Amino acid sequence: MKPFTYERADSPAAAAAAAERQPGARFIAGGTNLLDLMKLEIETPAHLIDVNGLKLDSVEPTPDGGLRIGALVRNTALAADPRVRRDYGVLSRALLAGASGQLRNKATTAGNLLQRTRCPYFYDTNQPCNKRQPGSGCAAIGGYSRQLAVIGGSDACIATHPSDMAVAMRVLDATVETVRADGATRRIPIAEFHRLPGDTPHIETALMPGELITAVTLPKPVGGAQVYRKVRDRASYAFALVSVAAVVQRDGSGRVALGGVAHKPWRVEAAEAEMPRGAKAVAAGLLAGAKPAHDNAFKLTLAERTLAAVLAEARS
Amino acid sequence: MKFDIPATTNPIDRLTVVGKPTDRIDGPLKTTGTATYAYEWHDVAPNAAYGWVIGSAIAKGRIASLDLEAAKAAPGVIAIVTADNAGPLGKGERNAATLLGGPEIEHYQQAVALVVAETFEQARAAASLVRIDYAPAQGAYDLAAAKGSAEKTKAGDSVVGDFTGAFAAAPVTLDQTYGTPDESHAMMEPHATLAVWEGDRLTVWTSNQMIDWTVTDLSETLKMPKEKVRVISPFIGGGFGGKLFLRADALLAALGARAAGRPVKVGLQRPLMINNTTHRPATIQRIRIGATRDGTITAIAHESWSGNLPGGAEETATDQTRLLYAGPNRLIGNRIATLDLPEGNALRAPGEAPGMMALEIAMDEMAEKLGLDPVEFRIRNDTQTDPADPDRPFSQRQLVQCLRIGAERFGWSKRNPQPGQVRDGRWLVGLGMAAAFRNNLLTKSAARVRLDRNGMVTVETDMTDIGTGSYTIIAQTAAEMMGVGLDKVAVRLGDSSFPVSAGSGGQWGANNSTAGVYAACVKLREAVAQRLGVNSADARFADGQVVAGNRRVPLAEAAGADGLSAEDGIEYGDLDKKYQQSTFGAHYVEAAVDSATGEIRVRRMLAVCAAGRILNPKSARSQVIGAMTMGVGAALMEELAIDKRAGFFVNHDLAGYEVPVHADIPHQEVIFLDETDPISSPMKAKGVGELGLCGVGAAVANAVHNATGVRVREYPITLDKILDRLPAVG
Repeated sequence: MKPFTYERADSPAAAAAAAERQPGARFIAGGTNLLDLMKLEIETPAHLIDVNGLKLDSVEPTPDGGLRIGALVRNTALAADPRVRRDYGVLSRALLAGASGQLRNKATTAGNLLQRTRCPYFYDTNQPCNKRQPGSGCAAIGGYSRQLAVIGGSDACIATHPSDMAVAMRVLDATVETVRADGATRRIPIAEFHRLPGDTPHIETALMPGELITAVTLPKPVGGAQVYRKVRDRASYAFALVSVAAVVQRDGSGRVALGGVAHKPWRVEAAEAEMPRGAKAVAAGLLAGAKPAHDNAFKLTLAERTLAAVLAEARS
Repeated sequence: MKFDIPATTNPIDRLTVVGKPTDRIDGPLKTTGTATYAYEWHDVAPNAAYGWVIGSAIAKGRIASLDLEAAKAAPGVIAIVTADNAGPLGKGERNAATLLGGPEIEHYQQAVALVVAETFEQARAAASLVRIDYAPAQGAYDLAAAKGSAEKTKAGDSVVGDFTGAFAAAPVTLDQTYGTPDESHAMMEPHATLAVWEGDRLTVWTSNQMIDWTVTDLSETLKMPKEKVRVISPFIGGGFGGKLFLRADALLAALGARAAGRPVKVGLQRPLMINNTTHRPATIQRIRIGATRDGTITAIAHESWSGNLPGGAEETATDQTRLLYAGPNRLIGNRIATLDLPEGNALRAPGEAPGMMALEIAMDEMAEKLGLDPVEFRIRNDTQTDPADPDRPFSQRQLVQCLRIGAERFGWSKRNPQPGQVRDGRWLVGLGMAAAFRNNLLTKSAARVRLDRNGMVTVETDMTDIGTGSYTIIAQTAAEMMGVGLDKVAVRLGDSSFPVSAGSGGQWGANNSTAGVYAACVKLREAVAQRLGVNSADARFADGQVVAGNRRVPLAEAAGADGLSAEDGIEYGDLDKKYQQSTFGAHYVEAAVDSATGEIRVRRMLAVCAAGRILNPKSARSQVIGAMTMGVGAALMEELAIDKRAGFFVNHDLAGYEVPVHADIPHQEVIFLDETDPISSPMKAKGVGELGLCGVGAAVANAVHNATGVRVREYPITLDKILDRLPAVG
């Protein structure tokens, strides 16, 4: 691990200001991903700004009937929150499908959104990776790609975003609240928060340098049957091959997003119009233009079949 | 003690301590975190420096240039060891690739340098400053592509009768090809070593299954006398064959300590477990079986192809087929190709595990073709003698009993032989079974036993306990022999200053190491009898006393002020030539397959084992359920994924190389048949640690087939291999 300096911030704006002062600084909260990456020298921040003391760890109702989830609310606490369990079941289920109990106790809401890909080539510093080392190339393309993206990738990167929580946030139309060094705040719709890789796979979110997430808000409850289904090679503690987050209303309308298939939670609103016609039609819209590799072409079939099972479960 | 005639009645047969489900005597140390593992010997070398291993970034080629200047100047750096400055090194006969590579590179992540620094973090930070330019060369990384160039192995083929003619004439035949992937040991504790030099004497505290092999190979590699090397390894956090040999951690710690002039500890970082240490090589296996319509096998052929580095051995996947089923016409052999992947070597049940994964699917397929129940098909083809030599019987062979008892206990009769018919909600449910079969290997093993004036018995042997329970069964053996309770026995293991044992591997540890302790205890009993002036044959050792005629003397008193000590070992004659010694079992599995997603979840497992005397049913059961768990991993998820362009295993950590978690493992049941095998040793025991793995994968595969009707012949059976054959959803 590279030597680094460390400070504790005492307000969100001060944290953002500190980050702006020190290029290459990283915020650290749960550290469940960042510390691993630092040990492997995939992340080499010169400075860490500990945001754990910022008191952004409560879940509160918003004036419009939604929920405001502090950036530091731990995954375990969020999954167990009675309001989340009652009104946003897909989120609670997605959280509990992720990682392990120990990790969820530590991992935060903002950190979960910001976790980095699990592409094995990203994790091997001997191999070229445009995400780790911009311009070096992508060893994953043409390599072992079972876990990797089937849609939305580029010639520079076919990594996936590993989060379960973010897939549920996407289907719930969450908004990411941030603060910058000058104290300015902004609200970023989750749809715009994660980026596709394009030519710059190392830039993963809409956050500006130094910008700090303070909360994630959920709009007022949308009701419906809420399902999160994660398909993986073992029963627990594994990243999704494909996951499906769905909210299905009594009339058959609804929303659906996929995890494990792209560089971001994958949702195509236009495809949701097909929901009353069934999974095949929805999947066709969701996955139009997919470019799977040999190792992961099965994800297209798997996504459609899993979606069908989820819609059947939601209707029952 | 020479063991060359079958055992008769001996003190072990009393079974007052042996055979009891005793808790592990080292359990409290482990559960309280006070058992010292290799990287934790802080007290013996408080000034130890830290080594960080740099692995090659290419699979094959040469180091063109190596620039250490920036790293040497980094904070805390004490020394950097490379092949350039390490001095002349030999190579142990058990290593194929050299453990410190350069300039020639033989495989990915072959160690090319060790950076030694004051702290672990300094060593790691400095390591990234080492600049290495490589000149890569073309390598061979694809077994299927290299198969054509494979050669027969030195052992040669086993040919009996006329396979080709009999197979052609058989009315019912099967000819199928199966594949097993490269697998990692994925043990929890990485390889780790602390090395300390005192003058020209070297001591390594390490994590190793075979102490004497490691002393031998370390001294050969360092070109120093064996007597000046001491290896200490009392606790091992999992080995599974990955720690049978000298590996880079021990060699580099020794070299690093020599270069630094102070103790050095080296733990192999997790990715090195995958690409630097050994793995189980992948196999491609072709099996042909011919049978009469009533299910009698007339011809059987099993060929297996695997690859390895030059000098590496083949995966002996077909060897069990020589012995498992009858059939007068046989063709069985292994082939090996040269591959430039990391070195392949033993992983729990080497050869047997992947071989049985293939053979026992083939038997299931053949039963289906014959319209026979797969249990019945196996029973019809049982043999009580070596099929290649009818004059050579099995010492014990209760395969049929295992199969029948298992079928009854598991509810096999409820299995629908028509696949894909049983549903439970969204799940397709199936039952599968396989035979289990692993040989009993005899290896000499010695021990020293001391009796002190307090009546305390101390056993010392370089035997290791890799989590298997060696401490406990050795204590049980000594307690039984000396007629004392377990509280009067201390066991010291894993130190090359103790007598050389069988070590831990090949499920030979339990029987051989306890037989060695038995031999030493017989000698100690003689010494006690002699001191008391009685004939040892007349002396009874029980309840902490020696009883001979009218005399009854406490053992402590018999020991005298200076105590008594005896050393002996077990050595075997030709009982393993006259008899085939093997262990047998039957695995039964219920698996459910999600009809939409193809996710496979095992629901129930049963193993029935016939493995000689079970020395401790509790630790033996732990061995078997651990093996069954490993078998589920092999069946459903474990695979080292190869990048065939660059020649390495891509999924190089425990997030990418998945092994079963608790949620994957359902109810497991183990039944041991009441068996003793007087031909195996005075303990009348055999091994179970690998038997429990052999066949499990196939039982899972057969259950998946019964559930879905899809026959997968390429392990692991991941959902993508069955997905497009599942019923429509909804």
